[in-house]
Amino acid sequence: MSPVTRTVLVTGISRHIGARLASVLAADPAVSRVIGVDTVPPTSLTRDGGAQLNPLGRVEFVRVDLRSPDIAQVIAAADIDTVVHMSLMSGPAGSRPAMKEHNVIGTMQLLAACQRSETVRRVVVRSTTAVYGSSPTDPAVFTEDSEPVEVPHTGYGKDASEVEGYVRGYARRRPDVVTTTLRFANFIGPKVDSPLTRYFRAPLRPTVLGFDPRLQFVHEDDGVEVLRLAALDDHPGVFNVAGDGVLLLSQCLRRAGRFWVPVPAPAFRFLGEGARALGRMDFTPDQLALMSHGRVVDSGRLAEEFGWVPKFTTASAFDDFLQTRGAR
Amino acid sequence: MNAEELLTFAARRLSGRYEVDEFGYDAELNDKVLLELLRPLYRHWFRVETIGLHNLPPDGALVVANHSGTLPVDALMLQVALHDEAGRAVRLLGADLVHRLPLLGHLSRKTGHTLACKEDADRLLRKGELVGVFPEGFKGIGKPWSQRYKLQRFGRGGFVASAIRAGVPIVPCSIVGAEEIYPKIGDLRLPARLLGLPYLPITPLFPWFGPLGLVPLPSKWLIEFGEPIRSDEVDPAEADDPMVVFELTDQVRETIQRSLNALRLRRGPAFFL
Repeated sequence: MSPVTRTVLVTGISRHIGARLASVLAADPAVSRVIGVDTVPPTSLTRDGGAQLNPLGRVEFVRVDLRSPDIAQVIAAADIDTVVHMSLMSGPAGSRPAMKEHNVIGTMQLLAACQRSETVRRVVVRSTTAVYGSSPTDPAVFTEDSEPVEVPHTGYGKDASEVEGYVRGYARRRPDVVTTTLRFANFIGPKVDSPLTRYFRAPLRPTVLGFDPRLQFVHEDDGVEVLRLAALDDHPGVFNVAGDGVLLLSQCLRRAGRFWVPVPAPAFRFLGEGARALGRMDFTPDQLALMSHGRVVDSGRLAEEFGWVPKFTTASAFDDFLQTRGAR
Repeated sequence: MNAEELLTFAARRLSGRYEVDEFGYDAELNDKVLLELLRPLYRHWFRVETIGLHNLPPDGALVVANHSGTLPVDALMLQVALHDEAGRAVRLLGADLVHRLPLLGHLSRKTGHTLACKEDADRLLRKGELVGVFPEGFKGIGKPWSQRYKLQRFGRGGFVASAIRAGVPIVPCSIVGAEEIYPKIGDLRLPARLLGLPYLPITPLFPWFGPLGLVPLPSKWLIEFGEPIRSDEVDPAEADDPMVVFELTDQVRETIQRSLNALRLRRGPAFFL
């Protein structure tokens, strides 16, 4: 059906899931080259002082600022045929404008480079279920066709919906290229570092008084696997990816077995700002909405198209995170 | 529950090792705690009697009921009736307002209810659940005492469209007794508007007696489930045809009104029986 995938470009390789995906692809005999790009070198590389003890194996790292047009040269020089774009940042590592620029401008540059390329024939984009927003008048379960009741107007969700908009535009202009957009629920797992995992590791966790949101998680192993499947075969379309089932925040906190303090929503926002200022946690307004109203998606389309379902349910993924974190 | 069961129950609850479905329905909490609080009211205060439980189909169906009583006590009693006497968890479709409020919104989800929207109704019916709606909405529950047992307008008939799409029968349900629990003889319009509520009632006991005014009057209740009305005779493609939808909506509405009238005669006076 499709020519054998030869050269894969992975963006966002310096972070955990990106690095894992790149090394899994590099170990695949069907893939001849894996090129990883990011604005900063992978931590494992810098720590080991070079490529000798490189756990990424035959992954070639190229340091590129995605916001610059340099990415086009990388794509042109290496005859890339598959692009896996996963450099979306969920929390402001620096400032919010920098995050937005990284996410949105970075995607625009990358897609512009893909559009000019004669070799790229498959683009996989890591998105998030945050594009559905989170509000009390949402349907209980979002499918890929649901329109958000309240369009996310801040943070990660907004960036992701803008990114998806550019991906749709790209798919329209290049119908010969297969584009796959994967909307992931919150990643969780032994090595995941996100605002949510930091929250669950905090000694004291505030909750929003009077709210008990429904949450869903994807285990990092499943996340890597579905990205691998999408990178190696044609699965055009938009897909939700979440572990089966839901957990209420109260259930998560009880399973984690630490203390939590219900605080009124304004106080929660204030605490979030404080935590952000201290650089401890990133509690953005969209996080507050998630912690109040939750979000659940239907991953049925994924199962149908990929013939694959996540190994971990939402609950078992969370338990795996707790065990390896020693958070009990 | 004996002491041992109570301990394992408490341990399970405290460790978070229980299941909720994708809508947030916590069946165990609902049965063991929330409904348990309502059962004395159901059995001893309102002395609810059910009629026609055999009319409930074994699979998915849409229960359409009249709404009254100022506060949605009728929804809670319908829930107890279906849970305890028919062994069915009814999934009610509630107003936006309920889901916007802290605490209430999440309790509502835990007892199995969800927001009244097309997506949720379709999804629940596809899963073969028993879904309950009160199509009169606030017009029904907030109507004055003088209008008691007069069905209000049934909205746009969205519930009928959902039933047609899912091809499930509609079970008309008539609840007699809820009208008398908080007779609404007046409305505090300005305070209601300030609080963002659809109405703020004046009843014989509220607001004069403060919190005591929240005690419902002990009326005698009857809940009747009528013969199912088929919706699978309509082509699902016609679910958005207003003519088809209104026709079926009217049929359901008239059935409930007729049975309300008969049921009221059958019950006799609301109090002192």
